[in-house]
Amino acid sequence: MPRRWLLASVPVAFFAVLFVYPVTSIIGRGLYSDDGWHLEAVTDVASNPALRRVAWFTLWQAVLSTALTLCVGLPAAYCFARLAFRGKRVLWAALVVPFVLPTVVVASAVLGVVGPRGLLGVELQGTVWAILIAHVLFNYAVVVRTVGAFWANLDPTLEEAARVTGASAWRAFVEVTWPLLRPAVLAAASIVFLFTFTSFGVVLLLGGPGYNTLEVEIYTQTARLLNLDVAAVLALLQFAAVLCMLLIYSRYAHRRGTPLRLRAADESAHRPRGLAQRSLLVANLAFMTLLLGVPLGMLVARSLGGTGGFWAHYLDLGSSRRGSVLFVSPLEAVRNSLVFASAATLVALVIGGLASLAIAGTGASRRGGRWLDVALMVPLGTSAVTVGFGFLIALDSGPLDLRDSIVLIPLAHALVATPFVIRAMVPALRSIDPSLREAASVLGASPGRSWMAVDLPIVSRGLAAATGFAFAVSLGEFGATVFLARPDWPTLPIAIYRFLGQPGPSNFGQAMALSTILMMLTVVAVLAIDRWRVGSAGEF
Amino acid sequence: MLEVQDVSVRLGEHLALRDVSLHLDAGDTAALLGPSGCGKTTLLRVIAGLQPSSTGSVRLDGRDLVGVPPHQRRIGMMFQDFALFPHRNVKGNVEFGLRMRGDSAEARGARVAEVLELVGLRGFEDRSVSELSGGEQQRVALARSLAPAPRLLMLDEPLGSLDRTLRDQLVLDLRELFASQRLTVVYVTHDQAEALALADQVTVMDRGRVVQSDPPPVLWSRPATPFVARFLGFTNLVAVGVTAGVVRAGFGVLVDGVDWPDGPATTLIRPGAVRLNETSTLVAHVRSVAFAGDHTNVELTMADGTLLEATVPGPPPPIGGTIGIEITPGGIQLFADDVPAPE
Repeated sequence: MPRRWLLASVPVAFFAVLFVYPVTSIIGRGLYSDDGWHLEAVTDVASNPALRRVAWFTLWQAVLSTALTLCVGLPAAYCFARLAFRGKRVLWAALVVPFVLPTVVVASAVLGVVGPRGLLGVELQGTVWAILIAHVLFNYAVVVRTVGAFWANLDPTLEEAARVTGASAWRAFVEVTWPLLRPAVLAAASIVFLFTFTSFGVVLLLGGPGYNTLEVEIYTQTARLLNLDVAAVLALLQFAAVLCMLLIYSRYAHRRGTPLRLRAADESAHRPRGLAQRSLLVANLAFMTLLLGVPLGMLVARSLGGTGGFWAHYLDLGSSRRGSVLFVSPLEAVRNSLVFASAATLVALVIGGLASLAIAGTGASRRGGRWLDVALMVPLGTSAVTVGFGFLIALDSGPLDLRDSIVLIPLAHALVATPFVIRAMVPALRSIDPSLREAASVLGASPGRSWMAVDLPIVSRGLAAATGFAFAVSLGEFGATVFLARPDWPTLPIAIYRFLGQPGPSNFGQAMALSTILMMLTVVAVLAIDRWRVGSAGEF
Repeated sequence: MLEVQDVSVRLGEHLALRDVSLHLDAGDTAALLGPSGCGKTTLLRVIAGLQPSSTGSVRLDGRDLVGVPPHQRRIGMMFQDFALFPHRNVKGNVEFGLRMRGDSAEARGARVAEVLELVGLRGFEDRSVSELSGGEQQRVALARSLAPAPRLLMLDEPLGSLDRTLRDQLVLDLRELFASQRLTVVYVTHDQAEALALADQVTVMDRGRVVQSDPPPVLWSRPATPFVARFLGFTNLVAVGVTAGVVRAGFGVLVDGVDWPDGPATTLIRPGAVRLNETSTLVAHVRSVAFAGDHTNVELTMADGTLLEATVPGPPPPIGGTIGIEITPGGIQLFADDVPAPE
């Protein structure tokens, strides 16, 4: 059996037990009973104009959100990749903050700016604009960080060679930089599309009654109307759409695996030169401040003050009062989140790392790697409601009786985090010049040693990004956790959600205080991981 | 043809180039020679328009290039690591400049075939650049910069990553190519043999400054500073004192009757100027002997421990023996010690 199949077997088993089995269980429960299949729901859904409108809205808002995020994210990716400026490292880490905040919190942060009594005085709640703003805010980091990290390692002399050979700056970009950058852009765009296509919390809070995505509709049909059959059909529809998109993506992403000579990121950045570069940098930094700073600033501002003093909401967090919305002190939620996130990151790195090696491995059987790639992306595009419900329904008997086990939470988080690890590592692994590995093995390194000596240092930047993302995703995961968290083991987002669901300024203030803590934790974690690379070789 | 006037470049706190001037006639080859970090690549980037200069001007064919973007300068440049476009094949790389200026497909095909023929890669059009050898990649990069017929061709350490034998062969090929195509060339290298073999004029740079700019024979016979002499491969640089025309080193008097002001100085003793002479009062210990065909390279230890290299015609002296030597008066060159080294 080829080694790559051995590598792939662990991720495949993980995927089968924790994704395929639970999801097919819940869909089966909706469409099948002892007296056979119930397919009337399919025609019901197809002939229902309201549901058709939902499907159409889901598609076009996702396309528009992705396009908008690329428009504002790509110039910023350029700034991070090619320009040197003060505070770059901190900003690079801070970017990820909105991405890991629970959707509820981001949505209310956006409402603080463009809501009924918002900062701007324009009311956008219930319009598609509020949704689009929140989606851009949410996914900005995906584009900037994925594309920026890749761009930073792209050899700038290629572009210079084009310039000297007669290409204007624009044509040099179109002819040389863009084709080499395209896999990273496609990877980022596909992730943004998946997120916005399956958007839940943002649309629920900002869209009002006028705008529903499939995900919101599935939630409504499952949890409110108990129409499991309609929910199952909608889940299948969403699933099919996501699968189509992934297949198209993987077709293009695999077409070119150009080995690149990569450069250390520090070497390829320079101080901004000329008016154009300077104004581009200033414009991007201003936009970043506006997009990230204003809503999150409102968040922090609302966590302070109150009747009990400036720090009152924070001081309240340490106590567990009778009749409180949580069974435990809210600070325990902080500990729980850290424990779950560490475990989930570890699992995601192992599963995603093995899968990346199998996918990136050279050889004739590329097709197998492609299927694995697509399969492990699917959880990202599947409704969290379906996954969370599926876990509860399916994993309840025999050796898989995990319903009451807290192990389910990190496993669910790892399922969502694994695609990030793969997306970060596969492009890096692919771009390794095979001769480097061959050089190491000729020099007497065993395959394991040569992997340590050659591949690991080169992918370590991707690995650092993957670890950061996995940890952050787990810290902020909400949709599936809301079904799985036991009352005595709440995570931070769950605690925030519970506080937000209660009336009164104290509960709201504590929710904002916890959100601020979550935000700070994320920045510290990502900063630490970004700094920690495999020795000095991290700079290759 | 190319006129660089007082160019300075400041990179942050660091002055990468200071008041560099360079003049090059059409059809000539200039070599920029110096250790890494001396600013030679920066000068190339300034001429190409990839790096703005803080002060000074660059003129090509009488036209001021300030404000002209790189792609309108009609300068060909070959990069250190070749910078071949990995997503295009050989033809796609070579025809790039032709495509940028809007040549028709037939014109491009013909020109690509012509240039590939010129660099000895006929029929390589459809090969992928990643499967080429180092020497072949070098030739593709050369063909790419030649294809649009640039007014000036600049090469940045073009042979830097290749092996010695290949380099010696390619130096000859390049010289022939430069001559047959009547190219005006700026050639950056840190290898003095390459520079001397290829160039009509060698410009030696040190820490952002031009130290000397001369044709190879002049450079070789009259290096301007001890730095240039050392960079050209001379090792016999000895501290001396001059009194009334007598040059005295730590191990004895070298020559007398020179026209030089009294005081401390540094002298270059050419290896060929060291002669064996039984009767001389300058006594040397023979440290090692290496036969080199027409002559023998001898390494000598002088009385005060100074090491001298000598190239000796005829039978070599025995290793470990003690011999007398004399210095031919024309074979030394004095450098004043008070010339401040560029800081």
